[in-house]
Amino acid sequence: MSKPIVATTSLAGCFGCHMSLLDIDERILKLVELVEFNKSPVNDIKTFTKQCDVGIIEGGCCNSENIHVLKDFRKNCKILISLGECAIMGGLPAMRNNNAPVSECLEEAYLNCPSVQANDERIIPNDDELPMILDKVYPCHEIVKIDYFLPGCAPRADLIWEALVALIEGREMDLPYEVVKFD
Amino acid sequence: MRKITIEPVTRVEGHGKVTIMQDDKGNITQTRLHIVEFRGFERFIQGRPYWEAAVVVQRLCGICPVSHHLAAAKAMDVVVGAGAGDGLTPTGEKMRRLMHYGQIFQSHVLHFFHLASPDLLFGIDADPAIRNVLGLAVTPEFTDIAVQAVMMRKYGQEIIKATAGKKIHGTGAIPGGINKHLTQEEKEQFLNGPDPMNIDKMIEWAHAGLDLLKGFHKANRAIIDDFAFHESSHLSLVRKDGALDLYHGVLRAVDTNGNRILDDVDYQDYLTYIDEEVRSWSYMKFPYLRSIGKKDGWYRVGPLARMNTCDFIDSPLAQKEFELFRAYTGGKVNNHTMHQHWARLIEILHSAEEMKRLLNDPDLYSGELTTSGARQSEGVGLIEAPRGTLFHHYRVGEDDLIEMANLIVSTTNNNEPMNVAVNKVAVAQMTGQREITEPMMNAVEVAIRAYDPCLSCATHALGRMPLEVTIVDQDNNVIDRKLR
Ligand code: SF4
Repeated sequence: MSKPIVATTSLAGCFGCHMSLLDIDERILKLVELVEFNKSPVNDIKTFTKQCDVGIIEGGCCNSENIHVLKDFRKNCKILISLGECAIMGGLPAMRNNNAPVSECLEEAYLNCPSVQANDERIIPNDDELPMILDKVYPCHEIVKIDYFLPGCAPRADLIWEALVALIEGREMDLPYEVVKFD
Repeated sequence: MRKITIEPVTRVEGHGKVTIMQDDKGNITQTRLHIVEFRGFERFIQGRPYWEAAVVVQRLCGICPVSHHLAAAKAMDVVVGAGAGDGLTPTGEKMRRLMHYGQIFQSHVLHFFHLASPDLLFGIDADPAIRNVLGLAVTPEFTDIAVQAVMMRKYGQEIIKATAGKKIHGTGAIPGGINKHLTQEEKEQFLNGPDPMNIDKMIEWAHAGLDLLKGFHKANRAIIDDFAFHESSHLSLVRKDGALDLYHGVLRAVDTNGNRILDDVDYQDYLTYIDEEVRSWSYMKFPYLRSIGKKDGWYRVGPLARMNTCDFIDSPLAQKEFELFRAYTGGKVNNHTMHQHWARLIEILHSAEEMKRLLNDPDLYSGELTTSGARQSEGVGLIEAPRGTLFHHYRVGEDDLIEMANLIVSTTNNNEPMNVAVNKVAVAQMTGQREITEPMMNAVEVAIRAYDPCLSCATHALGRMPLEVTIVDQDNNVIDRKLR
């Protein structure tokens, strides 16, 4: 039987969830024996080259490109996992949903900021090359169907390891209380 | 006229991309590195209580969260009246230093061993499918290096966990100090744990990394010395006496001739010296020294800059390596962009030595954790993050809520230098060329990669950055597209 194929991506995340995946330490060497990686920041594969078994999503959606990538993952992966608070509920970037409209965020960063003293033309970045910022930051399951949610910021390495191996081996996850953390 | 678009992190994962304009004669007329990510942090942190800053802000970047954690904590030290970097209790300051050097260690290891070394070991033109740390792991002759990489990073992460409480997004530093001591068991484990998880092994492996790089340098002078070379000023914190110090110090900058253009500057006054330019085509701002102006006032930060600004390193093994590094350019300012890797490895060694010194310091195991004084309304916290000088600045109201926040992250300081490097490489490789080849794309990527950029302070591929180049004619019709 060929190895299960895993893909990962970071949307509006901080890469901390990916770092936590690296925190499985020595088990990385086992992981490369267990699975084959497709599209992921851990390698050079840029677009899906085949149908994947598991897709791991870090981060929510804050711009048009995030949505595009997420839909692409849903299309190409049998199982999708929301990894971490950002994917599950928007996380820190979603703090702007409460009381900070995009326009105010942009003004604060480029006009009111104390270390921008000479922006006389009042430039706010708006080039065609920049993707569209969404009105809100959206959790992944509001955009596509998500099959599993692994909480934590970042989810602990042991949690990621156990969940992933269980999925790969097709058995029930054994997630003791100590490895499921919400901070 | 045509436009060439390079997306270092593919279109769909895009946090950054490059556009290059070429006129009909084949001349490169414009190059831009666009940062396409925007968060709005400065605005939405307003109204949050000040003690939240150190735990919240680090969630901008999970690659070096400790840097944001500590920079925010240092700014809030000022707010709670605990002084600007020198007012903490010995325990408070030393625990934070241990956390920070653990962080520098693991982040530099990640960059050099996981990201850069596959290029050196497999060759720059090797098959991308194996040219990453996973490729090292499955290639018998390099398995040892992959194991070293994994275990060194683990050691740094364990130091962070012991001081900050968690490996990623910890809570150890609080305004005015730290919230825990180190235990004797932890000390024993870090100093004398079974191989390889002890500090002497880490020092040995840091040396091995330096040897690896020096060997490559000897055999490939052109790549390491000439590639993306460009002159610039350099800026960093240094200790008052001129020693390399990654946790605290005064601001110093040297120009390309080695003249000090900033010296002994108290960073609480950073606004007097530094300003940022906004350009419409990137969310990342362009910092510059006010005294020199927008056009020429830009500077580099990071390991290379630090080797250029400091006078010496206060740990014996790293000092020896520093002397060799300095001697290579005859004591002059080193503008070899690819020497970032060399500088980074010297800092890995220095961090290991610092951790060893700190672990043997009794202040880590007992003593007052926090201190405070007269409440202030404003504070600035700076730190030398792995990728360079990181600025945090907050104003806090009488109700304890944050009123204003301003960040200049390390990679932002390197914005103009990265643009300059992209331009150099594009002009050198693409002038007069009608067909854009893989080596040309690779070259642009390597120039950006040398800065170890952390875009959005986060976009950072673990493997090599995938590239997509699209060439369009004036009417935006795609005439060529290459992926790799
Ligand atoms: S959940 Fe936490 S660690 Fe993961 S991307 Fe979001 S902020 Fe980073």
